Amino acid sequence: MVSLGFIVNPLAGIGGRVGLKGSDGEETVRRAFELGAVCLSPQRAFEALVSLKPLEADLELLTYPGAMGEEEALAAGLQPTVLGSIDAGGTSAADTRRAASEMLELGVDLLLFAGGDGTARDVYDIVGDRVPVLGIPTGCKIHSGVFAAHPRAAGELARLFLEGAVTRTNELEVMDIDEEAFRHDELRARLYGVLRVPHEPRLTQGSKAVGRGLSEDATVTSIAERVVEDMRAGVLYLIGSGTTPRGIMQKLDLPNTLLGVDVVRDGLLIAADATERDLLALLDEAPTHHPGSPAEIVVTPVGGQGFIFGRGNQQLSPEVIRRVGVGNVRMIATSTKLVGLPFHRMRVDTGDADVDAALRGYRRVVTGYRESAVVEVV
Amino acid sequence: MSTRDIDQTGGGSGAPGAAPGGAAENRYLREGFHAARWQEPVIMEQGSPGERGVIPPPLETGIRAAVGDPAALIPPELLRATPPALPEIAQPQVLRHFMRLSQMTMGTDVNIDLGLGTCTMKYSPKVNEFLARSPKMADLHPWQPEETVQGILEIAHRFGRMCCEISGLDAVSFQPASGAQGIFTNASIIRAYHEANGEGDTRDEIITTIFSHPADSATPAVLGYKLIVLYPDETGYPNLEQLKAALSERTAGLLITNPEDTGLYNPHIKEFTDAVHAVGGLCSYDQANLNGIMGVARAKEAGFDLCHFNLHKTFSSPHGSMGPGCGAVMVRQDLRRFLPRPLVESDGLRFFLDDDLPESIGKVRSFLGNLQVVMRAYAWVMSLGAEGLRQVSETAVINNRYLMKRLREEVPGLDLPYSPDTGRLDEARFSWGRLKEETGIGTEDVERRILDYGVNNYFSSHEPFVVPEPFTPEPAESYSRADIDEYAEIIRRVAEEAYAEPDLVATAPHKSSAPRMDESPLHEIDKVVTTWRVWKRLGLQSPDTPADV
Repeated sequence: MVSLGFIVNPLAGIGGRVGLKGSDGEETVRRAFELGAVCLSPQRAFEALVSLKPLEADLELLTYPGAMGEEEALAAGLQPTVLGSIDAGGTSAADTRRAASEMLELGVDLLLFAGGDGTARDVYDIVGDRVPVLGIPTGCKIHSGVFAAHPRAAGELARLFLEGAVTRTNELEVMDIDEEAFRHDELRARLYGVLRVPHEPRLTQGSKAVGRGLSEDATVTSIAERVVEDMRAGVLYLIGSGTTPRGIMQKLDLPNTLLGVDVVRDGLLIAADATERDLLALLDEAPTHHPGSPAEIVVTPVGGQGFIFGRGNQQLSPEVIRRVGVGNVRMIATSTKLVGLPFHRMRVDTGDADVDAALRGYRRVVTGYRESAVVEVV
Repeated sequence: MSTRDIDQTGGGSGAPGAAPGGAAENRYLREGFHAARWQEPVIMEQGSPGERGVIPPPLETGIRAAVGDPAALIPPELLRATPPALPEIAQPQVLRHFMRLSQMTMGTDVNIDLGLGTCTMKYSPKVNEFLARSPKMADLHPWQPEETVQGILEIAHRFGRMCCEISGLDAVSFQPASGAQGIFTNASIIRAYHEANGEGDTRDEIITTIFSHPADSATPAVLGYKLIVLYPDETGYPNLEQLKAALSERTAGLLITNPEDTGLYNPHIKEFTDAVHAVGGLCSYDQANLNGIMGVARAKEAGFDLCHFNLHKTFSSPHGSMGPGCGAVMVRQDLRRFLPRPLVESDGLRFFLDDDLPESIGKVRSFLGNLQVVMRAYAWVMSLGAEGLRQVSETAVINNRYLMKRLREEVPGLDLPYSPDTGRLDEARFSWGRLKEETGIGTEDVERRILDYGVNNYFSSHEPFVVPEPFTPEPAESYSRADIDEYAEIIRRVAEEAYAEPDLVATAPHKSSAPRMDESPLHEIDKVVTTWRVWKRLGLQSPDTPADV
């Protein structure tokens, strides 16, 4: 018997077709309905669930009442165990969190949710890396890597995982998109966290760049090997956020702050999750007689839009970058990530026009142990 | 019988996914197609103990008297302790077995294989097979004295001069047995050149592009080079400023494909090669995509020092199933000294092998390589003449433009990323990204569904998939308009099915020799046993193997 937690955010995506570019917040939902929006999320969630019908006899399906899963499950011909309760008036992020929490407690093998980036964040807040999670893409904003390529692909992958045909999981990014800025056609994305997602590139990353070559893990390791091998004695290394820089910390056998900046010198952790003030203080102390720079910054672009500075790593402020020196900023990225960036460009938005200008242009990016790319920073 | 004679009725009744348009719409579709499906056991599961296909006649008494026991002639260390596990089966059953397998194989002679882009599938004239397989060719021994093989040496020499003329370069080797080996040879020559100049240690970087063929990065990596990969901008190829950012005194060379598999020709290629030369690097031209520019543009004028042709693609020698290939390598005169040994030369009276190349990179293949491929390619060029070669490329480009027009105007969910209004040469890389987002059907699903219409050749992309859900057809010059129409019609039909009846496409093929395979275990790398070594490392055992083996 396998156990599946199934959560539908029925309001996900309603802002999309009426041009609201999102569905976060009660006011947006109200306006969307005024503009004639209809809930498409339940139908797409149902499409995914149909693929699980063959597993019926061995499946314990835990879900929430009404449109949060019960109705979709019944429509797909499955017999769900319905947990909790929701208000008749409508559902909210709090319901998603409560559902995820109860399912986590009951020990599901996989949590399948339908929604967008906002729903993914709610799920992440509760489950972290404790349960494998897979997203059915039904929201307006699908920038996180935790979603299958299509509802049908989500169902297929969930089935393969529950059957044991797919056993590996990948840590994929949950993105935090500033919806208010997005409505003004400005994309502000930062890494919010990572979820463990069943690994099947054809089904999870279908429409994005995907290859069948070296696995993402192996690529991250080979990038880390290069960076660590090039490390010089006495130099401060400011290791930025994200899973690719984390590989460096793992290679050094040091603890890592996924969403923060850690500082390393001579293979030792000097500061964890450092603030801008911490970084400036460390740079003050750094020996000035060191040939070249006393410090290097190692950063990777945020998936999707490719910001290397100014999104989620404001600790690496213009002042910090200036002190380290633009020439000592080392950029690292897997080729999968570069391939997925719009026209393979990276972006900077430090808030300081001079620093941004100095960072712009064609820059080398480490993409493997003996491999780099030349990418334009704009 | 032309394709127009087939299935004028609009297909068999009950065919899945009948188009809404009716009979006229189905003009080029083989909806009644079904592949042979024999459910054939593997040969090891057939036959019975003691069954024999061939029983050799007993040794004649006189011979036995003269040589003794023939088994005793074999050195004991070469004898097996136990006989090999061979199938025991008689001739008719063997024949039937392989005939059935062949019927389940949709080879190049039975399907319209233009979908296999970048492979330059084209008709290989059957008459050339007679030449390649004639005893005069097949019975040659590579150790025969030169004076007894003047004919084949003359062909190799003459065809070598033709390859030099087509490329504009000066010296040639046919030793590499594949395109990748040709590229490896060129990368090795680049290394030898810098070593000869005393810069072998300091020039350790090779530049290539993400759309260049994988061997352009893989083979220099094997040689120990660091790679710098250029990504395209909106045009589909990198720009000069980007290249300059990669160049330095560490640059050993540029290995690049042009046109790349997008079908786009980088018009700034001469500026690229000039910039590489300015820092002391060499430029090697991967001409696997020669079919769109043969007789029109040459490696030399584009500034290249080395290049390679795939005789098994552009020059019509059959390929696929890893059959014999030839990655002919051409170089500038001053790089001749590094070519694989020996080279075929002529003093005007006779042809001979020049083995006096002390700076050669050595051998990449035994003897002179696959000369039967050279033989077919020579015959093919002689049948066309210089003007004919140019016409090959012009026709291939026209064919591609026609296919592109049909696909772009008629196929839903299909896009042409990068410079959509710029003309492509012999091929084009499309994207099914929109189809995938809108229907869940991606390029691999389309690839499987076209089998149900009697074609199996389809190319997505080399690694990595830069274009989402890629699809790369290449209608070379030997496809007729009817062939292209049929292929375009199939692609259109499958895309329409994806919108109307996605499950039909997602579960395809339905009418092929084998049903859809579940490939998800392929992504479980620790479950995939690719080699005997992996098998041993994992401690796996076959059911009938003793544990101590």
